[in-house]
Amino acid sequence: MINLKRLLRVRGGVHAEEHKHATADLPIQTQLPIPERLYIPLQQHVGKPAEPVVKVGDKVLKGQLLAHSQGMISAPVHAPSSGLIADINFYPAPHPSALPIRTIVIETDGLDQWCELKPVDDPFALEPEEISMRVGAAGVVGMGGATFPAAVKLNLGRKTEIETLLINGGECEPYLTCDDRLMQERADAIIDGVRIMLHGLQAKQAKMGIEDNKPQAIAQMRTACRDFDNIEVIVTPTRYPMGWDRQLIRYITGEEVPAGSRATDVGVLMHNVATAYAIHQAIREGKPSVTRVVTVSGQAVASPGNFEAPIGTLISELFAHADVGESQVARIVMGGPMMGEALPHSDLPIVKASSGLLALGADEIKPGAEQPCIRCASCVDVCPVGLLPVDMANRIKANQLDAAVSIGLKDCISCGSCSYVCPSNIPLAHYFKYASGELIGRQQAQHKSEQTNKLMQERNKRMERIEKQKAEEAARRKAEKEARDKAKREQAEAEEATP
Amino acid sequence: MKIKPVSGPHHNVNRGVSRIMLHVIFALIPATLFGLYIFGWPAVNLFVVTIASALLFEYLCLKMAGKPKTVLLDGSALLTGWLLAMTLPPWAPWWIGVVGSALAIVIGKQVYGGLGQNVFNPAMLARVALLISFPVEMTTWANVTPLFSESAPDFSAALQITFMGAQLPDALTGATTLGHVKTELSLNHWLPESLNSFIDGRDAWLGFMRGSLGETSSVLLILGGLWLLIKGVISWRIPFAMLFSVWIFASLFHGWNPAQYLTPWTHLSSGALICAAFFIATDYVTSPNSAWGQLVFGFSCGLLIFIIRTWGGYPEGAGFAVLLMNAATPLIDHYIKPRIYGRNRKGAPLEVNE
Repeated sequence: MINLKRLLRVRGGVHAEEHKHATADLPIQTQLPIPERLYIPLQQHVGKPAEPVVKVGDKVLKGQLLAHSQGMISAPVHAPSSGLIADINFYPAPHPSALPIRTIVIETDGLDQWCELKPVDDPFALEPEEISMRVGAAGVVGMGGATFPAAVKLNLGRKTEIETLLINGGECEPYLTCDDRLMQERADAIIDGVRIMLHGLQAKQAKMGIEDNKPQAIAQMRTACRDFDNIEVIVTPTRYPMGWDRQLIRYITGEEVPAGSRATDVGVLMHNVATAYAIHQAIREGKPSVTRVVTVSGQAVASPGNFEAPIGTLISELFAHADVGESQVARIVMGGPMMGEALPHSDLPIVKASSGLLALGADEIKPGAEQPCIRCASCVDVCPVGLLPVDMANRIKANQLDAAVSIGLKDCISCGSCSYVCPSNIPLAHYFKYASGELIGRQQAQHKSEQTNKLMQERNKRMERIEKQKAEEAARRKAEKEARDKAKREQAEAEEATP
Repeated sequence: MKIKPVSGPHHNVNRGVSRIMLHVIFALIPATLFGLYIFGWPAVNLFVVTIASALLFEYLCLKMAGKPKTVLLDGSALLTGWLLAMTLPPWAPWWIGVVGSALAIVIGKQVYGGLGQNVFNPAMLARVALLISFPVEMTTWANVTPLFSESAPDFSAALQITFMGAQLPDALTGATTLGHVKTELSLNHWLPESLNSFIDGRDAWLGFMRGSLGETSSVLLILGGLWLLIKGVISWRIPFAMLFSVWIFASLFHGWNPAQYLTPWTHLSSGALICAAFFIATDYVTSPNSAWGQLVFGFSCGLLIFIIRTWGGYPEGAGFAVLLMNAATPLIDHYIKPRIYGRNRKGAPLEVNE
């Protein structure tokens, strides 16, 4: 099944314990009770936050626009269910910091009543620009976790005249099966979404990469695309991080995206299968992106599964539904266990990026104390980018961030393969994230001080100019006054002289 | 429920440093037991003394450095002592083991800062230092006298040999294969006549010959090495490159002049080569990190071994070769790095081909 020539293109990576069996064979549960309150953050995407168009007390229907997108890179937000706008304020974000983020709160009425939808019967009759416009208006973002607005990507792909649309069905993160289930159950809808995208991009062909640990999904997708010669399903080996776009691009096309370039520079564009599904819904049914399939799994979950939940559902409610034993939870993770973020508590909403919610038990999370590095070079072997994690970490430890950058810190994709294999339990990926954050902080501080300097200099100049003007003014006045006095005196003298 | 946020990944393979050390020790067991069997009680004594003193020196160093005692259990000192014991002449006196352990643990490892910090492989450093300092003790090779055989010393005689400095009668000792070849060649006796009468090929591979305590049985060492390969503890690159380079150079020279140059197979089955290739040169700490670096390292080790064996003053050069290449490791790591995705070898972004 797997092409040997392609296999040689795969570099590094780990074969992580999959933990997918718990949820891979269970159908997606769509009949969740509607939560009483939904918390919808206004920024669920890369780019500028959306701006509310509703106010507290408004009644909204499911699918109604709540906040419109702002600027070139942004995405609108829609109501995931019908009800009243209860609040527009700052609430904790689903992020490790749980820092406040502007959020619209809906008190649902339980009716789940859709607003008027505008489905398209024949999307292929639409202008390609119209496809991107509708996708943008539906608030579709990259559902694999990148959350880049899909419409912006479609426009970019059309403008650069890409040849191949790549569909990422890798789902290489352990535990997660939401894409797997979606491919098994809704293959036709996904293929339809792919065809709509091809039309929107005016691209020739689509290729879909799926890891070989999902035979059911591969079979379903192959059946679904049987009638379309321009769509091909390609089986990839199961090796994390196969879903890293650049790894998959090289695996499928043999092209390597140059550093600092975009995928479109080598004539391809990549979208996730769940994004294809969301685009199908947005165009065919006119439904904006208001729900997503979330995998709830982990040792502390008694009834794990995939749930199609409205955006804004609190994690705690999903956990209650999946019978999570609170006392067993050692760590809550949003996303997969490799690149997901640990959350401080479960009273946070799910967003468009939430592919998985893991309630991990103490046995599952990385145990053990950090030991000295024995230079085993496992991290070097598994790095899919070809970096030297051990050397980078040593430089970061010594606070030599520039030296770490010089050996490739900025090329790190934070996949965590290095930390995963490290026998000494060294949190390598943590060092790299720290260093990247620190570098941004330093850049900002430098930028700030440069700006301050500039402002100071301008102020000094201005003050000098004002002083100078004042002095000139004073001198002028003095001269004028003297002239006037002189004139007076002369006049007086002249009057005296002519009695 | 409050949970402290930490960066991912949120699970791992849980190998652990001590697991790796124990794997290596496990792989050494067959060759070690064989060595202890063919060289008898004196070898057992030396083996025990060397390992015990290695652990003792490690303990003292940890105490002085104020490190937790649990570090002693990571298995690294045990492995260092074990490897050192395997490279010693089996009937060497006890103090060879103790001095060797002190050199390996204190000078070879702890003065650099402990595990993972040393430049040179501790066991090889100690072995080479011993060889230079105590040439007589380090080149007195006992005959093969299997345990419980007639010629073997019994336990009390063994205590005499190891601890009381009993003089070994000449009848009980002799030369190793490589030593014999060096002597014969210096007397202008040509190969292969001088070799044929000395050892037969099968005994050489199985290990029934004079040599260091645990280095004689190439077959058992290869088995242990293969097991480490299968377990993923070591990669194939260093052992393969090292054996290949010895083999290829030996073949070239033997093909050119069989009277003066040993066959490649004699090279492979003699001395410390197999042990060094699988267990010494593959030491993580002192070998390069990148795949190509490891190939260069292994190949150079093999080349140096061949050069020292063939033209050097010592009959065996594995220790020297490994130490020299250990010293070159930082240089190799500096110049040979993996290519970064999307960049060329110099680190510049790839060209976009239209």
